[in-house]
Amino acid sequence: MATVDETAGGATRASDPAETIISIQGMHKWFGQFHVLKDINLDVKQGERIVICGPSGSGKSTLIRCINRLEEHQQGSIVVEGTELTSDLKNIEIIRSEVGMVFQQFNLFPHLTVLDNCTLAPIWVRKMPKAEAQEVAMSYLERVRIPEQAEKFPGQLSGGQQQRVAIARSLCMNPRIMLFDEPTSALDPEMIKEVLDVMVELAESGMTMLVVTHEMGFATAVAHRVIFMDEGEIIEQNAPGEFFNNPQHERTKLFLSQILSH
Amino acid sequence: MAAVPIENRGLISRLWGHQETRSVIVQVLTVAVVFAVLALVLRNVVINLEAIGKEFSFSFLSAPAAYDITFSPFIEYSSRDTHLVAAAVGILNTLLVAVCGIVAATLLGVTMGILRLSRNWLVNRIVYVFLEFTRNVPVLLHILLVHGIVVTTLPAPRKAIDIGETMFISNRGLYVPSPVLEAGSGIVIAVLVAAIVAAALFRRWAKRVQVETGKIYPVFWTCSGIIVVATAFAFVVMGAPLSWDVPALKGFNFRGGMALKPEFLALWLALTYYTACFIAEIVRAGILAVSHGQTEAAYALGVRPNRNLQLVVLPQALRIIIPPLVSQYLNLTKNSSLAIAIGYMDITATIGGISLMQTGKEMETMIIVMGVYLVISLLISFFMNWFNRSIRYKER
Amino acid sequence: MNGSDPASRFAPGTHPDLPPPVRTTGVIGWSRENLFSSPFNVALTLLGAWLLYSIIPPVLEWAFIKSIWVADSRTECWGEMEVPEEAACWAFIKGRVNLFIYGFYPVEERWRVNLSFVLLVLAIVPVLYDRLPGRRHWMWYVAAFPFLAAWLLVGGFGLPFVETDQFGGFMLTLVIGVTGISFSLPIGIALALGRASSMPTVRTLCVLFIEFIRGVPLITLLFVASTMLNYFLPPGTSFDLLMRVLIMVTLFSSAYIAEVVRGGLQGVATGQVEAADSLGLSYWKAQRLIVLPQALKISIPGIVNTFIGLYKDTTLVLIIGMLDPLGIGRASLADAVWAGLAREVYLFIAVFFFLCCFGMSRYSLYLERKLDTGHAKE
Repeated sequence: MATVDETAGGATRASDPAETIISIQGMHKWFGQFHVLKDINLDVKQGERIVICGPSGSGKSTLIRCINRLEEHQQGSIVVEGTELTSDLKNIEIIRSEVGMVFQQFNLFPHLTVLDNCTLAPIWVRKMPKAEAQEVAMSYLERVRIPEQAEKFPGQLSGGQQQRVAIARSLCMNPRIMLFDEPTSALDPEMIKEVLDVMVELAESGMTMLVVTHEMGFATAVAHRVIFMDEGEIIEQNAPGEFFNNPQHERTKLFLSQILSH
Repeated sequence: MAAVPIENRGLISRLWGHQETRSVIVQVLTVAVVFAVLALVLRNVVINLEAIGKEFSFSFLSAPAAYDITFSPFIEYSSRDTHLVAAAVGILNTLLVAVCGIVAATLLGVTMGILRLSRNWLVNRIVYVFLEFTRNVPVLLHILLVHGIVVTTLPAPRKAIDIGETMFISNRGLYVPSPVLEAGSGIVIAVLVAAIVAAALFRRWAKRVQVETGKIYPVFWTCSGIIVVATAFAFVVMGAPLSWDVPALKGFNFRGGMALKPEFLALWLALTYYTACFIAEIVRAGILAVSHGQTEAAYALGVRPNRNLQLVVLPQALRIIIPPLVSQYLNLTKNSSLAIAIGYMDITATIGGISLMQTGKEMETMIIVMGVYLVISLLISFFMNWFNRSIRYKER
Repeated sequence: MNGSDPASRFAPGTHPDLPPPVRTTGVIGWSRENLFSSPFNVALTLLGAWLLYSIIPPVLEWAFIKSIWVADSRTECWGEMEVPEEAACWAFIKGRVNLFIYGFYPVEERWRVNLSFVLLVLAIVPVLYDRLPGRRHWMWYVAAFPFLAAWLLVGGFGLPFVETDQFGGFMLTLVIGVTGISFSLPIGIALALGRASSMPTVRTLCVLFIEFIRGVPLITLLFVASTMLNYFLPPGTSFDLLMRVLIMVTLFSSAYIAEVVRGGLQGVATGQVEAADSLGLSYWKAQRLIVLPQALKISIPGIVNTFIGLYKDTTLVLIIGMLDPLGIGRASLADAVWAGLAREVYLFIAVFFFLCCFGMSRYSLYLERKLDTGHAKE
């Protein structure tokens, strides 16, 4: 029950539109000599939902991985909830426990049951009593509609179920921001919908979300803003209606014509 | 190809045409051939033994062995003892070098494996070169080389290299002080045991507190603290009831202390670093095999690196590491039979070597030697199979 | 919208690739990252550097700079040094190179060993290089090679006989290694098929054999070869020692090959056998045409590793009195004129084994990589 209240709390927090929760200024990143992110400037407001798209290799995954420091940036600044990301381990820890992430390949821990996957971080990072952690985990597993799988191991679940567990696992840390790195790209078509449904529900509860995806239906339905990236740059950003109907940049037009043509 | 209906063919081809009967025929034939060969071999053995007037019996085991064994740390042995006692000494020596080798090789191997994963380029390369050179040279050569170094390049006891005047290295082996327990040491040992029990209880209690309240205690450091502090305290209070029997030079050799013979030292050292090189690769591969995504997922949840190792990486890596690790342990045990090349008296050198020569009982001695290794191997395999079943991931 | 920074110097889509900041690349960036990233790492680097400094110069000095290449005895060798025993005396090895290579094979017949070696190289090429034109025909030659080599080395049919106790040195290593691997392959495959068979008695017999062999050390099997194998033969017949050793080594490595191939068989999807069955292929045809080609391909790295192990294990024959390089080395050390040069002998033999085994392990690694990428494409 406590968790439901907290989610409601999250929704009220989201209703304050002025607060900037992520601020990226002049950020650059290189892989060796390869300039992968060029002069990224991006502000994200509390409760804002952003979809990032672009051709493969455009740096979109790298961008959101920089936000919880799975990748290091070399120039510029990233400030999340007033804390700047530097090599200071304390700050990284704080930010990581406030920012949830869902991966393309799920990355569930194969040696732990679904329930243990969900309770691991609350117990060891949040220092939550086990019973409470399990209660929280069950409430989120119910929210992603797989409470009956709690005692199974990840290997026994379908891809769509695994990805929903991964979402529940992140939510158990009660994050203020959720990052999604191509969450449906590794799934069979019939499983994409069950994952997207969960994500839409999450969006409706007011969660701040950054989603790297090519699911344009999802973008139209829930995004406040769509960002198009190419060759490490933010080329264009706009509200979804404008973005899809009236793209400004040649590269955006080309990209949209490619992904919408089939 | 027009098939002839089955009922029109001969009996044999009819039986051969059915899956079940064919399987039975093949099996019966196989068993018949194998037993025929075995019977033939057995008949040959009987005829051959009779021709040279030998008898198949294990009675030689109760006869005096009449040879010396220079290294028998566990049981008193003299040349008047029987072959059976010599066999027991040999088995114990095999187990001694195997166990010492396994412990040391694991420590060294895990260390080298972790250094191989280090981002420090220099250290990484040094370990790599050592690993590749060691792994690609026969273990027998390592054993002979180390033995040669110990025996020929180390000084005689009179000029022994001394380490703090308590340990002496010479070509007669490594002499170390042996502990002598005095009155009151029993209490210290009792306190040590009590401290270990207390640490275990603390661990259980801390686990329960974590489950109930979420509070995390530094279990490892607290447990180590309890054990070390309590034991040290008892040791001081009882007036340090432990003295050392320090080896000293008497005549041409050292007296007192514990002596590790050069044969044992050479075998132990060579088996240790040779096997450690294989273990290092296993450890490295095991840790690398845990996909990078697992660590990223843990980090994304805010898990710290040391907890990530404890909760996510090691549980998965150990599943990959332990089976090949145990087979390396088995290899080390089998390789310890090369003791015979440098005269370390293990089971191969005692029963399979000198007893065989003295009694001429090739069959009987080889059966005993092989039986010993087979029992060790089978015990380890049974454990392995059980272990593999118990840790398998559940999958669809 | 708020995203684009007015201070940005480039219009969207025109940002050029810039070089990374200097401190993260080049020699400085590289060493910061790889050598001095933390205090602990600095300590490790210093320790490593000290280790190299204290090992490499003395070894180079010992092995090359101050070493003696021409001398007739140990005393003469050491006499030429500023300080006796301060450097290697390679003259010892140099004078015995032929002994290390050929053992006691008669000098006037050594061309037969050389020719066998050339034929061996020709036989290995089609095995290793799978794009050789006419590879199928070459394979007949590969299959015939062991017998051809046996005739050349032992003699008969017009060639004078050479007793096998005159075999020795690296040549003996090759004879045991190559024979062991070429005969243990078919036996090992048969054992692996037997172990995977659905017939309980066949399976049990194979498991018993494999587990027995793998459970005992090779040296005990060699003892059996040297002391009691003749008891197993019909009265009046006997093999010479080399033959008995070859039999035992073959049986020994076939058990290990069987386990490698079993792993390969398990790596072939069950759907493959089902597909073969549905096409109406018989058991043997399915194995030969569908299962084994795939299983063996996966097993090749494991087979090469087994061979490396076997190759190193050939040194064990010195314990039953055969003169492999190590045996020759030990015998040479007993020579009073040269005694005391153990380091030179062991290092020389170690380098020989290292070159062979390291080469083979690189090849097996290359195969593994090739197989990996092959799977990724599927």
